[in-house]
Amino acid sequence: MSAVEGMDTAHVDAHEHHHESQNFWQKYIFCEDHKIIAKQYLITGIIWAVIGISMSVIFRIQLGMPDSNLSWLKPVLGGWISETGKLDPNFYLALVTMHGTIMVFFVLTAGLSGTFSNFLIPLQIGARDMASGFMNMLSYWFFFLASVLMFASLFLQTGPAAGGWVIYPPLSALPQAHPGSGAGMTLWLASMAFFIVSQLLGGINYITTVINLRTRGMSFDRLPLTIWSFLITAVLGLISFPVLLSSVLLLIMDRHFGTSFYLSDIYINGEALPNVGGSPILFQHLFWFLGHPEVYIVLLPGLGITSEVIATNSRKPIFGYRAMIASMLGIAFLAFIVWAHHMFVTGMNPFLGSVFMFLTLIIAVPSAVKGFNYITTLWKGNIVFTPGMLFSIGLVSLFVSGGLTGIILGNSALDIQLHDTYFVVAHFHLVMGAASAFGLFAGVYHWFPKMFGRMMNPTLGQIHFWFTFIGIYLIFIPMHYVGIAGFPRRYYQFTSYDFTHKFMDMNMFISVAAIFSFLAQFIFLWNFFYSIFKGKRAPLNPWRSNTLEWTTPVVPGHGNWEGEIPAVYRWSYDYSKPGAKEDFIPQNIPYSQTLESNFPHENELIATEKEIEAQNFNDQFNSH
Amino acid sequence: MYYIIALVALVFVVLTGVVISRLQDVIKSVKKEESEDAEPSGNKVNGALFIIVLVLGTIAIVWSYLHAREFFLPEASSVHGRRTDDLFWFSMGILTIPFAVVNFLIFFFAWKYQYKKDHRASFYPDNHKLELIWTIIPAIVMALLVFTGWKAWSDITSEAPRDAEVIEITGKQFNWIVRYGGVNDNKLGNYNYKLIDAQNEVGIDLSDENSFDDFQNPTEMHIPVGRPVLLKIRARDVLHSVFIPHMRVKMDAVPGMPTKFWFVADKTTADMQAELNDPNFKYEIACTEICGQGHFSMKINLVVDDEASYKKWCSEQQTFLQTYPEYLAKVPDNLKAKAMKGLPETTEAPADSSATASAAGVSAGSSIR
Repeated sequence: MSAVEGMDTAHVDAHEHHHESQNFWQKYIFCEDHKIIAKQYLITGIIWAVIGISMSVIFRIQLGMPDSNLSWLKPVLGGWISETGKLDPNFYLALVTMHGTIMVFFVLTAGLSGTFSNFLIPLQIGARDMASGFMNMLSYWFFFLASVLMFASLFLQTGPAAGGWVIYPPLSALPQAHPGSGAGMTLWLASMAFFIVSQLLGGINYITTVINLRTRGMSFDRLPLTIWSFLITAVLGLISFPVLLSSVLLLIMDRHFGTSFYLSDIYINGEALPNVGGSPILFQHLFWFLGHPEVYIVLLPGLGITSEVIATNSRKPIFGYRAMIASMLGIAFLAFIVWAHHMFVTGMNPFLGSVFMFLTLIIAVPSAVKGFNYITTLWKGNIVFTPGMLFSIGLVSLFVSGGLTGIILGNSALDIQLHDTYFVVAHFHLVMGAASAFGLFAGVYHWFPKMFGRMMNPTLGQIHFWFTFIGIYLIFIPMHYVGIAGFPRRYYQFTSYDFTHKFMDMNMFISVAAIFSFLAQFIFLWNFFYSIFKGKRAPLNPWRSNTLEWTTPVVPGHGNWEGEIPAVYRWSYDYSKPGAKEDFIPQNIPYSQTLESNFPHENELIATEKEIEAQNFNDQFNSH
Repeated sequence: MYYIIALVALVFVVLTGVVISRLQDVIKSVKKEESEDAEPSGNKVNGALFIIVLVLGTIAIVWSYLHAREFFLPEASSVHGRRTDDLFWFSMGILTIPFAVVNFLIFFFAWKYQYKKDHRASFYPDNHKLELIWTIIPAIVMALLVFTGWKAWSDITSEAPRDAEVIEITGKQFNWIVRYGGVNDNKLGNYNYKLIDAQNEVGIDLSDENSFDDFQNPTEMHIPVGRPVLLKIRARDVLHSVFIPHMRVKMDAVPGMPTKFWFVADKTTADMQAELNDPNFKYEIACTEICGQGHFSMKINLVVDDEASYKKWCSEQQTFLQTYPEYLAKVPDNLKAKAMKGLPETTEAPADSSATASAAGVSAGSSIR
């Protein structure tokens, strides 16, 4: 992965009091430093994002311009484009499948959570590194292995997995049912197994680090919301990914060892299979027991990043800090008991459907609280439109707009008509896909100075935001219309039915908007890679932010802080505090130094400062 | 549609212009020393863009909605379908309020409270009353939506009425096969997937006397108007899903786990042709669960007849045994006479001992090649 080498910022003035100087391999490849691992995740995630979004552009061309000649793609896709320039229907399904898999798991799980949990947890809680640097390294390299397998599957003769990203058996279990269920599916399953291992190694590390390695004074009620969101995300992943692993393993057994977990009463290709007694619905239960929390695994880090960025750039404390934590905990809890709303029309007991409808719609309540709290944070702020801030505001808009249509889909009676139509596709792309991607962008723009010691160009960032934001709405609002008209998803073309014989122009419009949004991402790519090497040097605290990462050197070396880790005396949201000289008071400033702005109960806390300073049990460097 | 594209193009032209002018400012400002109090880069423009996008976005959404409305939710032709449609638009109506209000507030606040020099944001960390209000209001609205949805859902998924017309629909890669109970007993015979072969596509078990008059059809499904129809849904190979858009019917077809859905169609095909003023109108059944290469074209037509023409159509259909008389061999000896009743006289029933043996073989589960 040459891009990893490309991350050599040439300015990592490593702080090497405690270690032998490292060679290139130790420093950038098999590195145990959380900052490098974060960058590895980020770069890998960006590469995957380019691949995943390119795929969506190809199938959008197929859907929006069905008559177009795709011969120009022959150099890339080869035999998947027919002599007459048409996309192969099997490969269309493979594209849809791989787009989903790549974006959900490799970009928005690994790329988002992997990058920012790794980068921010030690920096924001005041730790030298992750609890286990070695596990952290393993976590990335398992992800890398998963990536290699998934990437390799793209080049198989029979194509990659093609049963939809949810890989429902029996389609995915029977190679004779579809070419994509052959070697492509084998690689998909192997890749996901390694991916899950990677997620678990990472997740255990995140949780342990947050619980054990917080610096002096960093109590849970002083943690920035980013850390809360990463912690909750890691817990979600730790509980749900093993269930996916088990469903994957059972599927592997069905495919290769003749078991019948998911197979029963099947007659295919002139042959009645011997399998009886299994249930395809069992797989769906297991899959969605991960699959639904996965939505929040993807979204919560974005919400955490947004909380931090919005507060910083509104120059206001986040409104309802405790309510924000409570709503994240509520969402996380509910995330585990709503999975069957993906299965209202699978023949599941209707009574179960009612229960899951009820539980699903409850999620709207904590989500609404989050939305309103963000808005109130903006209210009477002094808003600076950094690119990170713009993407955070955009996230809130997308989260609310996309979340609202979820209330329709969570209603089982309405889901009968809308299930597996483009309404669903539009809904989850807004609320989970685009919103999380906006969280990723917000995070990259906001923490780029800390990652690379340089600034990204803000004007290009702002242009990138507006093009992307408008582009996303131009794609997905019309897609709701197509869904309301009843267009089923995963259709190669809409020519077979009278009821889909309309909206030709709308589908074309969506495709044009998709291509436009795709092209807009190159502004970001250019800005990102150019700024790594040539960006303006970053000041110590470019956004005038309160959190601890901005107390490190511009480019923190190994161990993050030179000398002692700072102690923490206050929460991270003391922005525009009445009476204070500046409009921000970093977390490491004791109340005894800010007498002019303290509230009465904060003056009482001055007495505890000595005690906080005396602690030092969490600094790994001090223990030797 | 071209209007939308033109509109969008206009937005982008404006944006591009703004961007270029901004870029020039930036180039100029590069030389200036940046002080702590300097206006953050591009703040005014971005603040203004929030209002511009809010206004243009509102216009675009309203306009596109009106434009696309004619194709929304194709005319419902079932009793429960109109109910869920009403529920859908009712929910959409309610949800449009928070959609509009929240987005307005986000965009408006972004513009209104943009950075001003010497201005200080107000320190406003919480307000329990406010938070309680916006926890309770969504909760109440949700309770309302859940209740209406739950009522509709439990009615739709309740047990089918006894007099429902039972029709079996089986999905396979890549078409549907419908099977009727037949005009004599109107009961579907048993099936077994191990009995499936090239002719017996749904595995009819001919040792069950109810199957003798069953008839099947791979191209068309007929149902009576104004009477409950119970679909018994099966799949032969992989998952499929029965989707009848005009009936608001959708239910997965699962191998090894029969599912069902009942509904009352209340407009015949002819009614709909007249109503939509489209003599070519056809009801269609589609597949909405990915099932392989032919997923997008797994279609069977649905015809809704008035009672008389439905009866007539049913009586005109050839039973399975009439179509494939050689399957008489699978009928147990003691039922042969009954099975042969409907068959044309000319058909020679191969009623010898070898047939009996093979019939026994079938009941033991072996399939016919």
